[in-house]
Amino acid sequence: MSSYSDAAHDAHGHDHHDHKPGFFVRWFCSTNHKDIGTLYLIFAAIGGLTGGVLSIIMRAQLAAPGSHIVSSGQAWNALVTSHGLLMIFFSVMPALIGGFGNWFVPIMIGAPDMAFPRLNNISFWLLVPAYALIMAGQFVGDGAGPGWTLYPPLSNATYQSGPAMDFVLFALHLAGISSLLGAINFITTIFNMRAPGMTLHKMPLFVWSMLVTAFLLLLAVPVLAGAITMLITDRNFGTAFFEVSGGGDPVLFQHLFWFFGHPEVYIMILPGFGIVSHIISTFSRKPIFGYLGMAYAMVAIGVVGFVVWAHHMFISGMTVDTRAYFMAATMVIAVPTGIKIFSWIATMWGGSIRMEVPMLWAIGFIFLFTVGGVTGVVLSNAGLDETLHNSYYVVAHFHYVLSLGAVFSIFAGFYYWIGKMNGHQYPETLARWHFWMTFIGVNLTFFPMHFLGLAGMPRRYVDYPDAFAGWNQVASYGAYLGGAAFLLFFYICFKTFTSKQHLADNYWGEGATTLEWTLSSPPSFHTFEELPRIR
Amino acid sequence: MSSDHHGAPAITSSGLKQPYHLVDPSPWPLVGALSGGLTLFGVVIGAHFGNWVPLIVGLLGVLTTMFFWWGDVLKESRAAGVHTPVVRLGLRYGMMFFITSEVMFFVAFFWAFFHFALFPEHVLGVENPTWPPAGTLTFDPFHLPLLNTMILLLSGTTVTWAHHSIIEGKNKEAVLGLVLTVLLGLSFTACQAFEYSEAPFHFAGGGVYPAVFFLATGFHGFHVIIGTLFLLVCTIRAQAGQFTPARHFGFEAAAWYWHFVDVVWLFLFICVYWWGHGVIVGE
Repeated sequence: MSSYSDAAHDAHGHDHHDHKPGFFVRWFCSTNHKDIGTLYLIFAAIGGLTGGVLSIIMRAQLAAPGSHIVSSGQAWNALVTSHGLLMIFFSVMPALIGGFGNWFVPIMIGAPDMAFPRLNNISFWLLVPAYALIMAGQFVGDGAGPGWTLYPPLSNATYQSGPAMDFVLFALHLAGISSLLGAINFITTIFNMRAPGMTLHKMPLFVWSMLVTAFLLLLAVPVLAGAITMLITDRNFGTAFFEVSGGGDPVLFQHLFWFFGHPEVYIMILPGFGIVSHIISTFSRKPIFGYLGMAYAMVAIGVVGFVVWAHHMFISGMTVDTRAYFMAATMVIAVPTGIKIFSWIATMWGGSIRMEVPMLWAIGFIFLFTVGGVTGVVLSNAGLDETLHNSYYVVAHFHYVLSLGAVFSIFAGFYYWIGKMNGHQYPETLARWHFWMTFIGVNLTFFPMHFLGLAGMPRRYVDYPDAFAGWNQVASYGAYLGGAAFLLFFYICFKTFTSKQHLADNYWGEGATTLEWTLSSPPSFHTFEELPRIR
Repeated sequence: MSSDHHGAPAITSSGLKQPYHLVDPSPWPLVGALSGGLTLFGVVIGAHFGNWVPLIVGLLGVLTTMFFWWGDVLKESRAAGVHTPVVRLGLRYGMMFFITSEVMFFVAFFWAFFHFALFPEHVLGVENPTWPPAGTLTFDPFHLPLLNTMILLLSGTTVTWAHHSIIEGKNKEAVLGLVLTVLLGLSFTACQAFEYSEAPFHFAGGGVYPAVFFLATGFHGFHVIIGTLFLLVCTIRAQAGQFTPARHFGFEAAAWYWHFVDVVWLFLFICVYWWGHGVIVGE
C-alpha cells in the first residue's frame, strides 16, 4: 500500500488539484481528515437515528399508563441502555469529535491533515463493529439492560445472564479504543502541526475545546476500560471485584465508572462550547468576548471535571464529609461555565446580530444549556439529591445539557459548516422549521420531566401510576414533534446535497475569521500544501 | 476592544511547503478494526457457547494487520522526505500520550487494589477488616518478586546501554544490549509464569484478593510480553543496521515503553506484593 519513493511523494506534493482515489479506496482506506470526518458525520446520523427510534418507542410506551408496547421491564431497561449508549458513543461523540473535529481542527490550525492519518481511519472503523455489538446487545436474548452506567449487580451474570451484556461491554471496549486513538491523534495534531504564527493563544476556541476534550478522553477512557474489564471477568471468569459474596464491592464500580463518566459529560459538551463560540462571534460580527478567559474556562472545566465524580453517588453510602467535598467541588464548576455563558452574551452585546439558522441554534444552545446547568447546580446539592436522585428530574437535567445542549451544538455546527463541507447551502425556510420544531419538541418533552421528577416519578420504569399521566402525555407529544423534526433534518440534508447553488469561500461574510473561510467551499482534497502564516 | 487576534487575523502564505506526512490510503485500518471487532465478538461467543473459532480468526486478523501496518511504517521511515523532523516529533508525542493512556489503564487496577487494601471493611464487613482477607496466603515479596524486580531494573540498565551504544554508533554493542534486555524480559515472564503456577489462590472463584492480584499483575505481565516483542523487533532492526546515532526513534519508543512497564512493576512490587502481603505461603 505504501509504495513510497521520492518520485511518488514529490508528485504528490506538487499536485494542488483534487486527485481523489476511487470509491473503495477513498471511503474504506481513507487517510484524509475531511473524508474521515464525513464518514463520522454519516455514522453519527445513523447512530442518532437508531437512538432516536428507541426514544420514540419509549415515549410511545410512556404516553399513557398501562401501555404494552414494551413487553417487560427487562425489555424496557434494554431500550434505555441502548438509547443512552447509542446517543453518547455513536451519535454525539462521533459528530462533535470525529466529524467536526476531524474536518476543522487541522484546517483551523493551518495543517494539511491529522498527525496520524491511518490511525484516524481505524478510529472511525472501530466504531462500526462496536455499533454492531451494541445492536447485538439490544436484540440478542432479552437484551442488555443495566442502563448506560452498567452498575453491578444489575449488570452481573446473575441479573444479565445472557451474552447480550457481554456484547455491550465489548462494544464499549471498541468504542473506547477508538476514542483513545482519536484523542492521541488530536493532541499530537494540535501540539505539533500548528501553522507558523498559530501560537496556543491564537488558536480558535473550537481547537482549544478539542484539545481539552482529547485530554479528558486520554485520561478518563482507560479507567472505564479497566472497570469494564473487571466486570467482564466477574461475569465470565469467576472473579469477585464487584461481587459481595466474594468480598467485592459494587461501589468500586461506581467510583471507576464515574471517574470516567463525569469527564465524559464534558467530553460531549466542550466541543459544542467551541462551535457555539465561533457561531456567536460570526453572527454578532465581533471577536469573541474574553478569548483567553473562554479558553482557560474550558481548561478549568476539564481539570475540575476530574475531581467531582462522586456527586453521581451521593446515595451510595458515602460519609457526610465526602459528600460535602464533592458537593462543593461540583458547584465550583458553575464558575468557569458561567464565564462562558456570560462571555457569549457579552459577545452578542452591541454586536450587529444576524439571526441566521446557525445563530438560532447557538442562542437556543445557550438558553437551554443554561437551564440544564442550573438544574445541575440544584442536583449537586447532596441534600436535595437525596430526594431527586433516580427521578425524572435527573432525566430532565441531563437531557437539557445533552439533547438540548450538545445536540443543538451539533445542528448549529452543521448549519454553520455544511456549506463549507459540501459547497451547497441548506434550504433556508426548511432549516428554520427544523429549528423551531426541534426547539418546541424537545422543550415539550423534557420540561415536564422536571415536574414529574419533583412529584416523585422514578426513572427507568416501564409504567407509572395514573397520577403522572398528564405530563407524560405532554412529553410524548413533544417527542413525536422532535422526531418529526429529525426526519425533516434528513430531508434538509437531501435538499442541501442536491442544491445547485454554489457558495463562495466565506459565505458568512466578515464575522467569520477562522482559516476554513479562506478555503474554497468545499475545500480541495488536500489543503494547505503550502502553509499559511498567522500574524 | 483589544486588538484581538480573533478579530480578523492577518493570514498570509508562509511560502513553506507543508512538512508533514500525508499517508497513502491503506487497507489495514479497516482490516484491523473489523478483526478487532471479530476478536471481541469471539470472546463472547467463546465464553458463552464454547466456540473459539471467531476469536482465533479475529486474532489472526489483528496480528496480520499489525505486521503489515507497522511494516509499512518501517518502510516509510526509511523513505526519503517522509519522516521529516517535525513528523518524528509527532511520533514522539504520539508514543508519549499512548503511554499516558496505558498508565491510566493501570490506575483502574491500582484503584481497585487500594479500594480494598485501604478500606478492608469493604471486603469481609466491619467484623473482620483485614487485607488480605483472612485466610489468604500470599507470596513472599522477597523471594521471586524481589528477583523479578532486580531482573527488570537490570533490564533498564541494559536497554540504556543499548541506547548509548546507538548514540555512539557502536551497533554491535547496541545489539548485545538489546539481546540482553530481551533475555531479561523473557526471564521475568518465566519467573512470573512459575510464580502463577505456585499460587496458593485461584483466579476463578477465589474471591477478591486473587481477582485484584491476577488482573493487576496479569495485565502487567501482558505488557511485559508486548514490550519484549517490541524490543525484539528493535534487536532485529539494530542487527540490520537501521538505527543511526541521529535517527532511532523506533528504539526510543521501545525503551520508553520498557521503562513504563518497569515503573508499573515497581508500584506492583511495593504496594501489592510487599505492603499488601499477608500470611506468607509456606511459613
